[in-house]
Amino acid sequence: MELKDKLVSSFLAFEEQVDLENEVHIHRNEAIRFFELNGFPTKKQEAWKYTSLKSVLKEDYSIFPKIQQTVEYKNIKDYCIHEVDTYQIVFVDGIYASHLSSTTHDKFDACLMSSALNNPKYKDIIGKYFNKVAPKESLTSLNTAFCKEGAFIRVPKSVFAEKPVQILHFSTGSESAVMLQPRSLIVVEENAQIQIIERHQSLTSNAVLTNSVTEIFAERNAYVDYYKIQNDAGSSSLIDNTFVEQKDNSTVSVHTFSLGGKLTRNNLNFYQKGEHINSILNGITILEGNQHVDNNTLVHHQQPNCESHQDYKGIFSDRSVGVFNGKVYVDKIAQKTDAFQSNNNILIDDKATINSKPQLEIFADDVKCSHGCTIGQLDEDAMYYLQTRGIPKKEARALLMFAFANEVLTGVKIPEIKTRITKLIALKLGVNLGFDL
Amino acid sequence: MLQIKNLHASVEGQAILKGINLEIKPGEVHAIMGPNGSGKSTLSSVIAGNEDYEVTDGDIIFERANISELSPDERAHRGIFLSFQYPVEIPGVSVTNFIKTSINQIRIARGQEEMPANEMLKKIKEKAELLEMDRKFLSRSLNEGFSGGEKKRNEIFQMAMLEPKLAILDETDSGLDIDALRVVSNGVNKLRSKDNAVLVITHYQRLLDYIVPDVVHVLMDGRIVKTGDKELAKELEERGYDWIKEELAASV
Repeated sequence: MELKDKLVSSFLAFEEQVDLENEVHIHRNEAIRFFELNGFPTKKQEAWKYTSLKSVLKEDYSIFPKIQQTVEYKNIKDYCIHEVDTYQIVFVDGIYASHLSSTTHDKFDACLMSSALNNPKYKDIIGKYFNKVAPKESLTSLNTAFCKEGAFIRVPKSVFAEKPVQILHFSTGSESAVMLQPRSLIVVEENAQIQIIERHQSLTSNAVLTNSVTEIFAERNAYVDYYKIQNDAGSSSLIDNTFVEQKDNSTVSVHTFSLGGKLTRNNLNFYQKGEHINSILNGITILEGNQHVDNNTLVHHQQPNCESHQDYKGIFSDRSVGVFNGKVYVDKIAQKTDAFQSNNNILIDDKATINSKPQLEIFADDVKCSHGCTIGQLDEDAMYYLQTRGIPKKEARALLMFAFANEVLTGVKIPEIKTRITKLIALKLGVNLGFDL
Repeated sequence: MLQIKNLHASVEGQAILKGINLEIKPGEVHAIMGPNGSGKSTLSSVIAGNEDYEVTDGDIIFERANISELSPDERAHRGIFLSFQYPVEIPGVSVTNFIKTSINQIRIARGQEEMPANEMLKKIKEKAELLEMDRKFLSRSLNEGFSGGEKKRNEIFQMAMLEPKLAILDETDSGLDIDALRVVSNGVNKLRSKDNAVLVITHYQRLLDYIVPDVVHVLMDGRIVKTGDKELAKELEERGYDWIKEELAASV
């Protein structure tokens, strides 16, 4: 049976697991109908021109993973940021792992989507925000149809979250192939602040497909700093759908580090619904083998006097494929918009590919919009220079690639994360950089 | 220390060096002078191991080993250093991190432990002072936006850090004002010892007022056509190169 049919027919079984009286179920019903009608996206669609899901969809995924939590902290320790104190919301095969987590309801809520959906205390919040920024689109709808669990974070007015929150999704080998659909909601109220780290990690070599949806709402003057660490096993694929809605004077930055996985598609959309908003999108992609990463971004400037900054860098070896499709829409009313977009790539091998497609649609006449895209090789003169200083070819290449990516890392606000990412990059490039980070 | 025997080299099929013979002993300073296009920079690149140049004949012997087939980094591990005429800009790597990487990679290649951090810092501080370099300079991206003088100073700083057995200074004086020239020359002279050697490649004699050579060679059309002492450099400065050409023509 095709995955689409399997999913649609599983919906009835899914309905037995959830509260059908809950208002959220109206969204689920609508969403499954939308997905049934539209199915998975294909390369015929412009937004999917360079990324085919075919090889990912042919696996026979288990849609309802068995509850089997044999995972202990020692199994996941390497994937946690433990150098800095954090709250942790941990899932194993889509199911909340309380023994690995540390949630809070003190100054702010960092807990479970399932409890937010079912607890009357959160009814208003869910009613106000749930599924409100996620667009009607087939993969998002698929997630909405089966939404049940994920992270729920709510930072009330004027609260500064005192430590970052880690959202960690692990998958195990209890199923031969597993499909996960985490659904998260993050609401940062007026003048509140939070830092979040998200990671999806397979603990085995079984095929995993994650179709994740995260909705982020930043109210007036809110500040959100979000880090996505994508360094999964070679058998795992991730479709990350993240939608950000911002109000006046808010700043949201999303940093995406794509280093691992089989196929990764990042749909990262920003909607600016106020003035003096700043949206920051940073990305580093370093691929090898047959890896494929598609960064599909949208920044929709809907009000005047806002900024957006996109800086994506990619390094591609072997037969790996990168895609950058960056859309910037500037509505007619959005005068004085300052939108910047940059996508720089290095192709290490002849067989590596990058498809870079900036897409700007500007309807206002008094704006500053710039975009640049480069595709090149490592500078041979620089290689020679480093070699004459005793740095062997492999290390010289790594140092140049590190230098290239370094610019994006300057935007990382949490030093421990910066160190971790730098180490991951060094590891990925297979070298000792010879200096402390 | 360095013996070059009948060295022929070409780039893109065009012969540039046509039979160079040169011997440099420990403690010596040699200067190679010559008009533009005579092959001076090619010679320094070939000794450093630049793969753009093809050695078509002859050998380069360094400390009794033939290094003709070695890569640039392997030559650096053995103690050869080239100060570039045009140092490359590398955004994103600070001078400090670059030199740390360089020193430790050389130590690893020599089977030594990496240099302890405090020792490294002390050395960086000491050598930066020798070259009269500002501390802020060290945290800047390597050569990025450096003035011509800063780039050359940074080259000699690296030389001071790496303490090579053979330092090749390729047109180190070009683009330097008199103060920078003094600082750079002073740096080089401080590093001279009975165990190491310097090969100065220059178009003009003025650097040789500061870094006084033991031997001066004249390179023309890919060959060393005349060898003398420091007085030869002065003569070249006064009379140019034409008289040597005439001498050569007469001797044929």
